[in-house]
Amino acid sequence: MAEKSVKTKTKKTGKKFIPDIVAFACNWCSYAGADTAGVNRMQYSPNFRVIRTMCSGRVTPGFVLRALKLGADGVLVSGCHFGDCHYIFGNYKAVEQFEKTKKLVKTLGFDERRIRLEWVSAAEGNRWAEVIDEFVAQITELGPSPLNNNHKS
Amino acid sequence: MEMAVTELKKNKALLCLECGKCTAVCPISAYDREFSPRRMLAEGIFYGGGDLISDKRLWSCLTCLLCSERCPVDVRYSEYMKGVREIAQKQGNWGEPSHGSALLHIMEMMTAPKLNQNRTGWINGNIKTAEKSDVLFFTGCLPYYEDFFAKDFDFHPISIAVDTVRILNHLKIKPAVLPNERCCGHDLYWLGKIDEFNKLRELNLKEFERSEAKTIVTACAECAYTLKELYVKKLGLNSIEVKHISELVAENIDRFKFKDQNLKITYQDPCRLGRHLNIYDSPRDAMKAVPGMDLNEMPHNKRGSICCGTTNWMNCGASSSRIQKARLTEAKNTGADTLVTACPKCQIHFRCSQCGKGKDKEKTDIKLKDFTNIIASAIDG
Repeated sequence: MAEKSVKTKTKKTGKKFIPDIVAFACNWCSYAGADTAGVNRMQYSPNFRVIRTMCSGRVTPGFVLRALKLGADGVLVSGCHFGDCHYIFGNYKAVEQFEKTKKLVKTLGFDERRIRLEWVSAAEGNRWAEVIDEFVAQITELGPSPLNNNHKS
Repeated sequence: MEMAVTELKKNKALLCLECGKCTAVCPISAYDREFSPRRMLAEGIFYGGGDLISDKRLWSCLTCLLCSERCPVDVRYSEYMKGVREIAQKQGNWGEPSHGSALLHIMEMMTAPKLNQNRTGWINGNIKTAEKSDVLFFTGCLPYYEDFFAKDFDFHPISIAVDTVRILNHLKIKPAVLPNERCCGHDLYWLGKIDEFNKLRELNLKEFERSEAKTIVTACAECAYTLKELYVKKLGLNSIEVKHISELVAENIDRFKFKDQNLKITYQDPCRLGRHLNIYDSPRDAMKAVPGMDLNEMPHNKRGSICCGTTNWMNCGASSSRIQKARLTEAKNTGADTLVTACPKCQIHFRCSQCGKGKDKEKTDIKLKDFTNIIASAIDG
């Protein structure tokens, strides 16, 4: 349902580009980090939708590609810092998966800056806000994704 | 339900004698007792396919045509499966795609006309390609397989593309390579996603037209099948001729100079090249022409050859793995040291099977090579 509401919103705004970003956040660090940002009432860009995964290592290329296929302008994968993973080596696995995703996305002709891997811990609410702000700024600069059908440039 | 009946009629399923030969030969049924082509067909005939549509096993069929090969009344079972999948998929049923469905997403992403791919990075200085040429090399999904599988399997799918161009260069052909060709749509077609397939076909045909090529060469058995049957034959195109690289090599075998190889090989017939297209001899003739190449046939060969275990990146499970293990053991038992295939997917599936740990690891330990790798490494100069 979220997708539908997004579509009407961007259609109404007409030419102005508001990026749609999908953020995969791990349950133990990044999702809690996003919570911390909310609890601390930090002001940051609202253009992203968080999908909670149990671990960043679970985010296989299929997840990111599906988000892009459905028209996301950018995809953020976020997990615990190295050594902090709840499952000990999940984030190392995430790096491996992300490398693969990056190659595929590049071959598909997307700018590789559209996808990003970041580490945010549960205490780093301000870092989460910074990462999102920075990523939104970058995607706004890159413009809409070629698969985003809401923007006909 | 009415649609299921039309599918039955279209594929001659009402002629079914219920002899059960299909279930007896089906590679999946051999390891998965619950999967039975005869029962699935009977369900369609007697109950209009009601349960079949929501059955997860609907997506297990390999569409390898081994059942149709044995069928006394020539029921087109694979086509029937495709038709039922089309209905099932529209109702929201879906199997379990392997690899997190990443590869299926890539195919569907290519249906977007605005997508501008970056897929010609593999062309290096050692091989010659041209901007425009009469011969077009259709790479297929090889660049994506390279990104996805190269690290896991210690094998470079893109070497198949490089070696194909080397073979063409040896025949004094500089092929054109399209910078923005799409997936041929084979997997989406057999999974019943006909709308997506049509989009891919339209985009590809536009690219072909722009390239002004007369012959399209491909190194993939599935691409060869799709381009030949579903593009050229189905739409009645006269201007394009499609050839699998093995056909081209077999036709021009006199123009090759080979080095002595001293290799013992065995050949796996990809189901698309074999039973779907009836190309059995050209890869064999081409490989036999190389001096020192000793071709040993497996007990199941040519028309009776067994599939590599999975198709369309769908429902890869225990039965797939056991088919692969059995096939690799069969290959090993011929005494050959290399198993040659003419389809990149066969090789990927076999390599995946070899990755596992198990007691029978030694039994399945055989080198795997593509047809193009064998020919290109044998070329003298």
